[in-house]
Amino acid sequence: MRLPCPCCGWRDLREFTCIGAADYLERPTADAPPEAWDAYLHVRDNPAGPARELWYHDPCGTWLVVERDTVMHAVTGSRAVEDAQ
Amino acid sequence: MRFSGFRVLKEGFGGNRGWKLQWRKPDPKPAYDMLIIGGGGHGLATAYYLAKNHGMTNVAVLEKGYLGSGNIGRNTTIVRANYFLPGNSEFYSHSLKLWEGLEEELNYNVMHSQRGLINLFHSDGQRDAFARRGNAMLAQGDDAILLDREGVRAILPYLDFEQARFPIYGGLYHKRGGTARHDAVAWGYARGADLRGVDLIENCEVTGMSVESGRVSGVSTTRGEISARKVGIVTAGRTSQVAAMAGLRLPIESHILQAFVTEGLKPCIDHVVSFGMGHFYISQSDKGGLVFGGDLDFYPSYASRGNLPGVEQVMEAGMTLMPMIGRAKILRSWGGIMDMTPDGSPIIDRTPIDGLYLDAGWCYGGFKAVPASGWCMAHLMATDQPHPVARRFRLDRFATGRLLDEEGTGSQHNLH
Amino acid sequence: MKRRASGGSAIERARGVPFRFDGREMRGCRGDTLASALLANGVRPVGRSFKYHRPRGVLTAGSEEPNALVELKRDGAYQPNIRATLQELHPGLEARAQNCWPSVRRDVLAVNDLLAPFLSAGFYYKTFMWPRAFWEGLYEPLIRRAAGLGRLPRAYDASLHERAFAFCDLLVIGSGPTGLMAALTAGRAGADVVLVEEDRQMGGLPLSQGGQIDGRGADGWVQRVLRELQGLPNVRLMPRTSVFGVYDGGVFGALERVGQHLAEPGLVPRECYWRITAKRAILASGALERPIAHPGNDRPGVMLLSAVASYWQRWAVDPGRVVVFGNNDHALTTAQALAAEGMQIAAYIDSREDVAGEAPFPLRAGAEVVGTRGRQGLREVTIRARGRESRIACDTLGLSGGWNPTLALTCHQGARPVWDEAIAAFVPRPGMLPGLEAAGAARGCFSTAACLADGVEAARAALAELGLTAPDIALPEADDSPYTLRPLWQVKAPGRAWLDFANDVTTKDVKLAAQEGFASVEHMKRYTTQGMAPDQGKSSNMGALAVLADATGGSIPGTGTTTFRPPFVPVSIGALGAGARGKGFRPERRTTSDTQVRALGAPMIEAGLWYRPSYFPKPGDPDWRTACNREVGYVRKAVGVCDVSTLGKIAVQGPDAGRFLDFVYTGTMSRLAVGRVRYGLMLREDGHVMDDGTCARLGEQDYLVTTTTAAAGEVMRHLEFVQQAFCRGWQLRLCSVTEQWAQMAIAGPLAGELLAHVLGEVPDLPFMGYQPVQVGPVAARLFRISFSGERGYELAVPARYGADLFRQLVALAEGLGGGAYGMEALNVLRIEKGFLTHAEIDGFVTAFDLGLQGMMSRKKDFIGKAASGRPGLTGAERLQLVGLRPQDPTAELTAGAHLYPREAPAKATHGQGHVKSVCYSPTLGTWLGLALVTNGRARHGEMLRLDDGLRGNRCEVTLCDPVFFDPEGGRMRD
Repeated sequence: MRLPCPCCGWRDLREFTCIGAADYLERPTADAPPEAWDAYLHVRDNPAGPARELWYHDPCGTWLVVERDTVMHAVTGSRAVEDAQ
Repeated sequence: MRFSGFRVLKEGFGGNRGWKLQWRKPDPKPAYDMLIIGGGGHGLATAYYLAKNHGMTNVAVLEKGYLGSGNIGRNTTIVRANYFLPGNSEFYSHSLKLWEGLEEELNYNVMHSQRGLINLFHSDGQRDAFARRGNAMLAQGDDAILLDREGVRAILPYLDFEQARFPIYGGLYHKRGGTARHDAVAWGYARGADLRGVDLIENCEVTGMSVESGRVSGVSTTRGEISARKVGIVTAGRTSQVAAMAGLRLPIESHILQAFVTEGLKPCIDHVVSFGMGHFYISQSDKGGLVFGGDLDFYPSYASRGNLPGVEQVMEAGMTLMPMIGRAKILRSWGGIMDMTPDGSPIIDRTPIDGLYLDAGWCYGGFKAVPASGWCMAHLMATDQPHPVARRFRLDRFATGRLLDEEGTGSQHNLH
Repeated sequence: MKRRASGGSAIERARGVPFRFDGREMRGCRGDTLASALLANGVRPVGRSFKYHRPRGVLTAGSEEPNALVELKRDGAYQPNIRATLQELHPGLEARAQNCWPSVRRDVLAVNDLLAPFLSAGFYYKTFMWPRAFWEGLYEPLIRRAAGLGRLPRAYDASLHERAFAFCDLLVIGSGPTGLMAALTAGRAGADVVLVEEDRQMGGLPLSQGGQIDGRGADGWVQRVLRELQGLPNVRLMPRTSVFGVYDGGVFGALERVGQHLAEPGLVPRECYWRITAKRAILASGALERPIAHPGNDRPGVMLLSAVASYWQRWAVDPGRVVVFGNNDHALTTAQALAAEGMQIAAYIDSREDVAGEAPFPLRAGAEVVGTRGRQGLREVTIRARGRESRIACDTLGLSGGWNPTLALTCHQGARPVWDEAIAAFVPRPGMLPGLEAAGAARGCFSTAACLADGVEAARAALAELGLTAPDIALPEADDSPYTLRPLWQVKAPGRAWLDFANDVTTKDVKLAAQEGFASVEHMKRYTTQGMAPDQGKSSNMGALAVLADATGGSIPGTGTTTFRPPFVPVSIGALGAGARGKGFRPERRTTSDTQVRALGAPMIEAGLWYRPSYFPKPGDPDWRTACNREVGYVRKAVGVCDVSTLGKIAVQGPDAGRFLDFVYTGTMSRLAVGRVRYGLMLREDGHVMDDGTCARLGEQDYLVTTTTAAAGEVMRHLEFVQQAFCRGWQLRLCSVTEQWAQMAIAGPLAGELLAHVLGEVPDLPFMGYQPVQVGPVAARLFRISFSGERGYELAVPARYGADLFRQLVALAEGLGGGAYGMEALNVLRIEKGFLTHAEIDGFVTAFDLGLQGMMSRKKDFIGKAASGRPGLTGAERLQLVGLRPQDPTAELTAGAHLYPREAPAKATHGQGHVKSVCYSPTLGTWLGLALVTNGRARHGEMLRLDDGLRGNRCEVTLCDPVFFDPEGGRMRD
């Protein structure tokens, strides 16, 4: 698998670290109820199909939101986390 | 039909024409007392123990493909009871005890082979962590021996003791650990459940779930509507999709784990060996192939296949640990879809929907758990009470913080 | 008997090659494969089958070979399961048959064959269950010994392997007419092309079958195209290379046999594992002929017809008297061509009734082979035609049951092929694997003319997608005769008919599986082991599937295929793991003082990827503890020096740096004064402790964060995430500077005095202070921090000065009665003080567990704050950090031991906690431990039993505060 890094272009999978669904970007506020924190940290849609994920490109330090299909593994998009949303 | 050596001889003389179907191929009835979604190891074991332990036989197992088509037929077949956290420890201990009588129980040779498992360690810190684990195993009534470097060398002389990047300090030897023939476990439980009257329905995919005022009443399938009082979801790998049919979102992310087998070889690795400085575990099947695996590919996936970096990392670990395997050739690789939970431990619990039960989240340790998982899920579905050895496998433990994180790697699903 | 005919395009007869097989001296020719040389030497059984140990001969001439697997001597040991059909002969080659004892001709386990009625599919699931203990003790060892194929030597595998990467516009897999035309078209268009071919020679089927292309001999045409391709700088030809897997994003795994054919490869690797990244790929892998399941079809001498032709054409192996048994036109034309070239065709047998043709041999239409004879090799076949049987003496039986497109690679991403009734085979669907298209015979186009055209067409399509213009290319003329067949999967006649030669699966086994309900193709495979042998059923899966469909009354496409998975051909672990043997597994990180500490004799231990000195032995030391105690003494009484450069160092700079650090630490760093250092705790977002370390404010907008050695990478990644995800628009930058600074700890009552020698004066720096200093001309950083509980400094210089600084510091320390100290002493010093490492911060502990809840700011949000408040993460149910002292100070504590009430048994239900770290404290004259104990902080003073059943260690311990030495901390402050 290869992924596009906005800094470095298409690079091999071995250079990246994935931490899972992009849900980690939606951090609740400090005073959010425990349910919100539970959902944020643990509960996932876990789609079989198009998904948004968080990947880290180790050589350049960029965190990415990657759009990828979890069944076919096709990568359809990638943006730096800083530019996402 | 009872299986035995005598029977094999008798049928052999008769041209093997007398062997019968190992399980019936029934059409689904419109209603059952209980439905198990998922005809894998856990689902079949659940059905078996529902019938055997609780007398529940008006039960159907619904399988979208063929029985045993999921991870039960796609793993590295390791059976062990070497956990240390209360909650895991007693559960896997119970499971190993069930394994130890499984052939007689099922009248099916699942080839459970207690050839011994050795977890290697490579630093003082790892030794202390394994000592903690070993002492927990002893306290649970299981077996453990702490080997030093020479103790390991005596048993596994083919490891690289001289030049490995991470020297071998010793190992934790779990003599009752071993392997089993994975497919046979599914078939044995299937045959046992079928004999007791459970309907095993293949090629029957659940497409929807009927939930009325917070209670489950049945499922829609590719072979029609089926109603039931109680429904168990036992579909590791696809748990999130099935649960979503009932409107549930779960603390699970699906990941891919690759495994490998080499061409057949004469006996050369007699134990299960696990490397401590990188995920690598290996044993040799009775057919002669070296069966081994490593870590997740780390990205969410429902494809039962992986990519080359995952392959390379496993091979690299093998080469630094036991360079002799450089001459062996990989014959086949495959991937299994893992229900990864935020603490690496499973869930056997009721759900917020009445009558709907969940057995899921086995991460990549589900194979050895099959007997106890079936036992405890059957107990839960029959009695509505958690079985004592599975009482900590709660669905709400992530919210409460009463976690079972053996690895201490935290809530990120793919780190377990 | 077998010998050489004339001709043979692949061999140089003048150059004889001596080799040994099973101890016998033989000679082959340069250009031979081991299989062709064995055949030319008249060797018939080359191995024994898996289950019944029946003699097996060469079946094919390619990598799909199920039978001719041998052990090959290589670099001092025998490598098992080498395909004789791929292995090129070289002088001195030594090989031997496998899975037989004492020899391939007389094999004791051949007795299994007599027991065949009782060894039917899955018999082992039904027996060997009683008595229970006999499984591990008797049955399993017997089964294991009988099973398996070759022997894997336990000796170190010192063979050289390599790993390489290639990138191209177009990867063409296979160099037959299709692949050559595709490569030529793309090559002329200027695309970067990689053309791979499994064989030593490029050219594919024409090399074996002759014929005409472009009005000349096919071989001549191949050579002309190859010459042009070789002249194109944008085309790379890779013979001896098998593409074994297709992975995501146009990544292909390939194995090149670089030096596997050399007698003395020297520094040439045996094999090279390639990761090829291609924008587009064309699969021109051709097709494989399939055998026919007829009784006795497993005898040595029964071969695929294509292999008979190949060995004749390329290696001039004379097969003797040949009977051809086929069901298709191609079989007949091949027999005719071979006869015209002088091969003795004893008869042509075709199961079809309506076959006729001019032939110099008897042509038997509507006939089938129903039996064979010959103990070690074929002598005779029995033919049945219109109910009457007759026998024909022969040496070789050439089977042709039709052809299967070699489509495995198109299925590696899970897609399934479709059934093509016309050729009775599965073919790939267009577009079933993104970026890869099959062409030519691989998609069922079987005439040479069709393949040539399809190669061009596939290249045109790929070029269009690449944005390149395809050149006009003239299609060479070639044979375009149609291929028709009538499927014949099994000959229905008494006797065992083999499907999977390697795993000994017969048609009866497949029928038995269906009879017992294993009617799904996957169940059948798993129950019978069909297709699970080294050839992965390349020649047998199709037949087994047809037999299963027949047994269940289903159709072949309805029954479906099993899953095609990588690798397409077996790949050695040595190649895939190239470079990782020994120290190559992970990078080795060395500090700047590495050479010096090794010169001092220090045993080195691994700390993550780093090496650190364990202790510094002196002559006469009876044991390591003597050295450790001495080094502890340096620090407690004089001064010790330790290289701490392995700790992670992260520069955090910018106007918002303080605000950022407030968010990632539990405490407040923004109010830290310039020139001050603070101990900090970072949590994971799930509320557990991630790491601890110091944070120094070097300037108004300039902080330096330190991490533990092991967690440096994880913390950096975490900080990057927090900044990029949650601090958008904040002005700060992060940079790891671990490698840039060498940092030395100087600890002990005389630390200041030592520093005076280096800096010119005793630095006026309070505890937890920082100041820039000059070490001679070098700008350096001085921190007053302590991990020992003594007056301590850490002096950091740019890494290139690290070695000099260390040498100078150690010399000065020795002058003051101290010296260098290693990790053992460091550990004792920190345990005496109750300071933490990742032995305690094990990923499961919270700040509360460690007694550090006071460091969690109530006034601000920070990472991990919310989740750390979950009910299960605080309170009396938690395991909390305590100190342990044994009742008897000489009683040794052991880490990993568990703790129980004094009188309670060592049962899980009585467990109170466990020991994390221990040391013998020379300072306090007793063993000390740090432990996690349920509700431990409330239980100081309580006595428990330490129980380490694993090591037979038990003693009584008292719980206490984890700070054993100088609890007020006066020694490090003053």
